Amino acid sequence: MASNADLVFVLVVVIDLFLLASSRLGASIRTVAMQGALLGALPLLLLRHGEPTGHALLLAGGALAVKGFFIPWLMFRAIREASIRREMEPVVGFVPSMVLGVVGVALAFAFSSRLPLPDPETHGFLVPTALSTVWAGLLLVVTRKKAVSQVLGFLVLENGVYVFGLLLSSVMPLMVEAGVLLDLFAAVFVMGIVMFHINREFSSLDTEKLSALKD
Amino acid sequence: MALRTLLHLAALLALPPLLLGIVNRTKAVFAGRVGPPLVQPYLDLAKLLRKGAVYSRTTTWVFRAGPVIGLAAVAAAGLLLAMGGAPAALSFGGDFVLFAYLLGLARFFTALAALDTGSPFEGMGAAREVTFASLAEPALFLCLLVLARATGTISLSGMLGAALPAAWGSAGPALLLAAIALFVIALAENARIPVDDPNTHLELTMIHEVMVLDHGGPDLAFILYGASLKLFLFGAILSRLVFRGGGALAAEGLFFLGVLVFAVGVGVVESVMARLRMVRVPQLLVGASVLAVFALVLLLR
Amino acid sequence: MTLAPLLAGAVALPAASGLAGALVRGRPAAAQRLACAALCAGAALGVAAAGAVLLGADGGAGPGLRLDALSAMFLVPICLVAAAGAVYGLAYFPQATLGSKAVRVQIFYGLALAGMVLLVSAADAITFLVGWEVMALSGFFLVHTDHEKREAQQAAFVYLASTHVGTLALFGMFALLRQAAGSYAFAAMAGVAGGGRLGALVFALALLGFGLKAGLMPLHFWLPGAHAAAPTHVSALMSGVLIKTGIYGLLRVTGLFDAPPASWGWTLLAVGGVSAVLGVAFALAQHDLKRLLAYHSVENIGIIAMGVGLGLLGRAQGDAALVLLGLGGAALHVLNHALFKSLLFLGAGAVHHATGTRELDLLGGLARPMRRTALLFLVGAAAISGLPPLNGFVSEWLVYLGLLDGLRRPSGDLLAFAALGAPVLALVGGLAAACFAKVVGVAFLGAPRSDAARRAHEAPRAMLAPMAALAAACAAIGLLPAALVSPLAGAAGAWARLRPALLAPAAERAASGALRVSAIAAALLALAAGLVLLRRRLARGRQEEAAETWGCGFAAPTARIQYTGSSFAELLLARFSWVVRPHGERPRLEGPFPARAAFRTHVPDAVLDLALVPAARGIRWLATGARLVNLRRIHFQALLVLATLVAMLAWGFLT
Repeated sequence: MASNADLVFVLVVVIDLFLLASSRLGASIRTVAMQGALLGALPLLLLRHGEPTGHALLLAGGALAVKGFFIPWLMFRAIREASIRREMEPVVGFVPSMVLGVVGVALAFAFSSRLPLPDPETHGFLVPTALSTVWAGLLLVVTRKKAVSQVLGFLVLENGVYVFGLLLSSVMPLMVEAGVLLDLFAAVFVMGIVMFHINREFSSLDTEKLSALKD
Repeated sequence: MALRTLLHLAALLALPPLLLGIVNRTKAVFAGRVGPPLVQPYLDLAKLLRKGAVYSRTTTWVFRAGPVIGLAAVAAAGLLLAMGGAPAALSFGGDFVLFAYLLGLARFFTALAALDTGSPFEGMGAAREVTFASLAEPALFLCLLVLARATGTISLSGMLGAALPAAWGSAGPALLLAAIALFVIALAENARIPVDDPNTHLELTMIHEVMVLDHGGPDLAFILYGASLKLFLFGAILSRLVFRGGGALAAEGLFFLGVLVFAVGVGVVESVMARLRMVRVPQLLVGASVLAVFALVLLLR
Repeated sequence: MTLAPLLAGAVALPAASGLAGALVRGRPAAAQRLACAALCAGAALGVAAAGAVLLGADGGAGPGLRLDALSAMFLVPICLVAAAGAVYGLAYFPQATLGSKAVRVQIFYGLALAGMVLLVSAADAITFLVGWEVMALSGFFLVHTDHEKREAQQAAFVYLASTHVGTLALFGMFALLRQAAGSYAFAAMAGVAGGGRLGALVFALALLGFGLKAGLMPLHFWLPGAHAAAPTHVSALMSGVLIKTGIYGLLRVTGLFDAPPASWGWTLLAVGGVSAVLGVAFALAQHDLKRLLAYHSVENIGIIAMGVGLGLLGRAQGDAALVLLGLGGAALHVLNHALFKSLLFLGAGAVHHATGTRELDLLGGLARPMRRTALLFLVGAAAISGLPPLNGFVSEWLVYLGLLDGLRRPSGDLLAFAALGAPVLALVGGLAAACFAKVVGVAFLGAPRSDAARRAHEAPRAMLAPMAALAAACAAIGLLPAALVSPLAGAAGAWARLRPALLAPAAERAASGALRVSAIAAALLALAAGLVLLRRRLARGRQEEAAETWGCGFAAPTARIQYTGSSFAELLLARFSWVVRPHGERPRLEGPFPARAAFRTHVPDAVLDLALVPAARGIRWLATGARLVNLRRIHFQALLVLATLVAMLAWGFLT
């Protein structure tokens, strides 16, 4: 019987595949925001006892606020400053990056049951989803040319790590959770500053122009 | 049982032009127009059958064979289709392969008839059509494989038969993804937006329309009817896939309702979206394949 | 009674048939007809022997020769295609006009057929290798026929090099098998254990040796050049049956093992899939009619290899249904491909005969002067695209059923992932249909693009008759596939050493499915006939006019504005730009009145031109660079020999 958590996992992977195919930056940012919001709701769905503890509620609320609202707002500001709307053809092309993405997803789903995990969890989709999301994030970072898309890839990567973290959420203390979120916030903040400077220097957010810095 | 099959075959012959009428009416409603009557396609077919024919001097017997084989192949594929939860007129293991290849036969001869005219526009349409079709075929197979795996059978009658409602219980997310992919493939195979605009009159932007530019009279009637029949086939599969369940009478009613909803859905998509650039269509089709691969992996693991 | 006289006749008659042309001097046409008759008689004896075995006769035929159901399934297409080609050669390569070249072709054509009959009926490795070498060397001489052309010289050399590398691998493989079994007879080698080092080594050598002959990617590099350069009926023989002997060898050797590991099946499935997809991608890019057909042979060999891989997987898992579907599909595709590929090559030869060119973009509108050729070629094109109701669909359907068999497996079973081969096969089918829509459309339909095409004439009867026979066979197998299920089950049983009772349920299911395929095919034909009658009735009493094609209002359309073959394929090839890299020669247009210029594109074969030739150049550079010491004086050469001898003695003493 497909539970709600399984549906959310499947939706997260579908969002990963969509991000690999999309060339419109506005739609991509909104989709990453949706993914962050979904992942914010996940701890509540994964609870086995049915009663949401304060810890889980805090985690869900924090993730929703930071990933669902704050960081997308920063990204929209960045693309408005640089006035860019679309991603260019990535290094490997949209179709090959989609194919690579789905191959990674297929391998993750086919073989994750053979990984040695400490806690045999009841949600069979958690580890494959996390692996797929990490893989999709890495593909985005490596293959896209615009800095904004690379930041989005980094966000997706962090989402994947977050899903892994949900495996151990009952044993991880609150401080580490907050630390992860703070790390994410700081990284995006720094990237925003970097993007501002790249744009000011080159009037574009094309990271290929960075190689013009060397002589 | 035989009566039910006969009724289904009668519906297969009579209903398809109505779907085209519904699509056009939906687009008119969205545009704020009154629009043509729902039975307009029937009237168009009748008018075309009454006309004479003009054949180009460049063409050969292949041009005259194109519409005939196109319609015959699609109609033969209709014999394999299971409607409303009942088995098809003919079914066997692996019949969906024959189904897909019969549609391929229709497309092959339509493309040849287009190349027979010696017109560059028709050649261009034929080139685009075979390109997009060769990308849509694997996607169609993947969706049907998801269905096959979920229901445990490899015939269309089994996939769309009594095992389907139970399959949704155990493989819901995968079947949902397959249904979405199948809708995209239906749009691509029937030359609808976002792959091709059936209302454009600029030959350089056409795919399917330009292939049939030189046909007229009864030939064009065959082609038009064949196109509506193909739309009906895809609508029937989607309708049964999404609106499954219920006893015999309820299943039939839901099935026909579903086909009408499908037609309305196609009309809505045509009204709210624009046609994709040609270079983006492979991305769309590969995207549908990717969704279907993911759905299949979910079921195979 | 043994089959010895039939098989002896099937070997001896074709081998001797070529001599008729050489011995009977004064009347070349009669000599050629005598040679053809002798070859056809030998072929008929071969078909009779094969038919007897398939109907249940014992296959023993004396020392060194034995026909079982598997050999019979290969012997039938070999004999049929060779006979068709010989009849075709009467008009295409007449001895009256071409003299000694035609005699040469007849001699080696007969020898090639004799070699092939010998090797499929061989019961021990020595006979097999004799037949193999005779066939391979005859093939070389046949490719070398037009030896004054550079294309033929190069193609023949590449063919010779690759076939000898393959034969070397086969020598090694048979030596290993003899060591394990103690004798060269296949019956003694049967029952060798599959796993372990011996099995892995034998499989690798078999894949190399037989893969080179069959043309599996990346070992296909000799195929396009050789099949394009040879005379057309020879190309039909090579593409239709010569490369199938590689598949036969692979089946024979893997059939010797008791329990082949699943990795063999997966390897063949993967190699077959890659071969199929890349073969059709390269075919799309070709503009030379015969090279295009040669690449399609690579594609179809890929499909056959996928079937063989499925059969091996079935044997590894003990699944009799999968064995029948995989091997049956592969064997039927061998027969079907032999039929429609030779039909297509003979049609291409008719086009070449009529227009003098093989260049697709110079043809066009040939369906008017060459009505019958166009119809027969279209039947072949529809068959190779796997379209119902012809034979290509039936064999592909069996392979599909084998791939889909994995869906019955429970979750977590690796075999379920074999089902992902079905979309790959669908992609291959779609691309093949696209490619043949291009070929038929550009060559036969539309308006003629050059004077050569305008001067075309219908092919003579001697060329049309074999084509018609092949097309009729394609249609017959497509309309009545159920008749072939029991011979295929016999072949599968012979290969996998399974009792017929084990294969019976799967054969039943396949036969009942095949009957329904026939029913749909009949319905299709009935519907088409009905629509034609309806149109004729509607047209009665109405005006039918002729006009110009609507070219968007062009006042004076010419044939040159039509879509060319390369334009047609361009959109599809954009997907494969990572492996299909066309070289273009762009015209240089300078000044206000530029001189006449031409634009050419050519797609180099990825393996031959981008890997092997540069590698060979690199080796040559190394070899010339290694001539450090000035060895022109004889003292130094003797010193080198002495030094090597001393080194070998030292090595022998020390180890």
